[in-house]
Amino acid sequence: MSDARKNAQGPATAEPEATPDVRHPMEPFLRMDRFPHIWCPGCGIGTVVTCFADALKKGAFDLDRVAVVSGIGCSGRVAGYIKLDSFHTTHGRPIPFATGLHLSNRRLKVVVISGDGDLIAIGGNHFIHAARRNVDLTVICINNFNYAMTGGQVGPGTPVLAISTTTPFGNFEHPFNLPALAASSGAVYVARWTSLHVRRLTNSILEALTKPGFTFVEVIAPCPTLYTRRNKLGTSLEVLESYRDNSEIRHGADPSTVDISFGGKIVIGKFVDIEGKPTFLESLDAAMHRALGKDYGLGKDYYMRSAGQRALVDREARHD
Amino acid sequence: MKASPEGVLTGAHYLDGDHACAEGALAAGCRFFAGYPITPSTEIAERIARRFPKVGGVFIQMEDEMASMAAILGAAWGGVKAMTCTSGPGFSLMMENIGLGIMMEVPCVVANVQRGGPSTGLPTMVGQQDMMQARWGSHGDYGIIALSPNSPQECFDRTIQAFNLSEQYRLPVFVMMDECVGHMTEKVVIPEPDAIEVVPRRLSPLPPGEYLPYAANGDKVPDMVTAGEGYRIHTTGLTHDERGYPDMTAEAQDKLVRRLRAKIDDNAEKIYDHECKRLDDADVVVVSYGITSRVARAAIDAALDDGLRVGEIRLITVWPFPAELIRDLAANTKAFVVPEINLGQMVLEVERAAAGAARTIPVTHAGGWVHDPQTIYDAIREGLRGNAAPRKSARKPRKEKQP
Ligand SMILES: Cc1ncc(C[n+]2csc(CCOP(=O)(O)OP(=O)(O)O)c2C)c(N)n1
Ligand code: SF4
Ligand SMILES: [Mg+2]
Repeated sequence: MSDARKNAQGPATAEPEATPDVRHPMEPFLRMDRFPHIWCPGCGIGTVVTCFADALKKGAFDLDRVAVVSGIGCSGRVAGYIKLDSFHTTHGRPIPFATGLHLSNRRLKVVVISGDGDLIAIGGNHFIHAARRNVDLTVICINNFNYAMTGGQVGPGTPVLAISTTTPFGNFEHPFNLPALAASSGAVYVARWTSLHVRRLTNSILEALTKPGFTFVEVIAPCPTLYTRRNKLGTSLEVLESYRDNSEIRHGADPSTVDISFGGKIVIGKFVDIEGKPTFLESLDAAMHRALGKDYGLGKDYYMRSAGQRALVDREARHD
Repeated sequence: MKASPEGVLTGAHYLDGDHACAEGALAAGCRFFAGYPITPSTEIAERIARRFPKVGGVFIQMEDEMASMAAILGAAWGGVKAMTCTSGPGFSLMMENIGLGIMMEVPCVVANVQRGGPSTGLPTMVGQQDMMQARWGSHGDYGIIALSPNSPQECFDRTIQAFNLSEQYRLPVFVMMDECVGHMTEKVVIPEPDAIEVVPRRLSPLPPGEYLPYAANGDKVPDMVTAGEGYRIHTTGLTHDERGYPDMTAEAQDKLVRRLRAKIDDNAEKIYDHECKRLDDADVVVVSYGITSRVARAAIDAALDDGLRVGEIRLITVWPFPAELIRDLAANTKAFVVPEINLGQMVLEVERAAAGAARTIPVTHAGGWVHDPQTIYDAIREGLRGNAAPRKSARKPRKEKQP
């Protein structure tokens, strides 16, 4: 074994046996050899990672069959810390990348975790089209109301009046209402939580993960370094307190009514949960069976053989 | 490894280049296609949409070319052979994720059926103007492979070759077709599956825990794995170490980027593919590719009939460029004549390789039609004069007659 290969096994193998009680409960889900992470103290992204990992744990998922795809941004770095097959792609493109990954390998549960700028601005077109097609993806959007990674510019979710480096006199553009965008584009599951609501967020992510089709969870999260401080919203703790005081749980609310205004109420909850809408692959399979009958080749075992695949795809194991 | 029979339409067919390219992809084992319609490449997508369902492939028409390119990268990680096709405007949009494919080392194929540019240019008419874009279009330094077929038969053969090279060297490989080759219809013979050699994915024999995603083998190419098999890999477009983890240092950058370049440069001898004729005693060598190599035929034959000593190099692998071949010839050759349907792109490579030892004479064409062979013939005549100052008349491009 080369030196490089030895190193790859990481410091964990080099250390003396860790006593079980000092292991972090999230350790099986995280790339411990990549810590400390890059996120600032008080940042909301880490909370989302914890809730996601917790949802995986609660759902007892086969972790070998879950993949995470992120774009670029502080939120885009999530893929780098999660111990699953994880892909850190290009700015705005995690959804089409994830689409290809999922369509080529049905056994994978593919989750996109990325930022508001990544998913809704540069990647907005991919977002609405994946929702329209009802591709079986779970998309978690960490909305910190700005482009954090690049230093705090205005984004598609920045509320009117908020200060950013490129709206130094206050934002005057109408922001997107993300749940409304997702719902009107065809998402079968739409929820919004804040990084304060960890238990509900975890359950919501779990629901989204287990539901076939395009499922969407928006998480309002503080970016103390660039957004909340600049907008004089207080310390991260105070921001979390404001989430407690300013948020209102309204399950089933009409998504078109859940706009976010600067300093205004944040409506949270599960807004959309539709049953029975066929996913992209279900629609594809149905259409092809209708047209081609037994000539439809997707069920045949040679599907994956082309690339020298070890495992054959079992159509029935789609949601295992 | 031999081609899997399901995708191979063995027999003699009458196909255009686009359709032949699609059949080549099927024979090579391609089972995922994502694309966005654009003339003159659309027929590739259309044929694949019709053919895939019966052989277990997934076709998806994406919302744009950025998505198409991203999707085939994802699909390749999912374990299948994947491709997209496009033309100039779409090729421009794909560049960002082509870079990601280079950085993540993802095997896949992009067919670019070239039309006249810039911008929307001449959507239905021929060009060869994306040759440098194919080499340098995505930002940063890297090696690349691009093939240039000159007939529908070659669209079939070279697409298979492109898949094979992409698997061997783990990168997006370009099939640089052109509108003429894409839309001309000729006999295409598809062999028995047993006669088609396909390169399978180079999957790592190492178990999870021992496998390092970016630890290269002796040929500077790392082995790959498939998502969902327990390796729990991380891969990123950021500069990374052998684990695939981001490493934001000049040292990591140097190591990675030099390898991405070297995996093509150092293996170039194995990658090169070109057709050479009468190079031993040639006074003038015509260097051409794609449809222009067939237009040059008339000019070369006329020159040979005149008793002139004219050699030929047809570039099949346009990238990497066979600079040494040109360099060696330059000592004993008066001139290289390089016709191409652009204002001089590959000729810059010829000129660089010849390094002043022989003249290089571009025969340019702005696109929309192929050369009048007379312009190539005139350039051959011009080349025989060696390093003497060029006659004015010979340098001036002749006005093309439009049909
Ligand atoms: C094509 C492209 N354009 C611009 C950038 C620069 N960039 C990096 S991250 C980012 C914004 C990220 O914002 P968001 O997705 O909200 O993530 P956050 O950092 O706020 O978590 C931008 C514009 C880039 N990497 N690629
Ligand atoms: S800049 Fe903002 S979003 Fe980025 S890590 Fe820091 S707090 Fe989090
Ligand atoms: Mg953001």
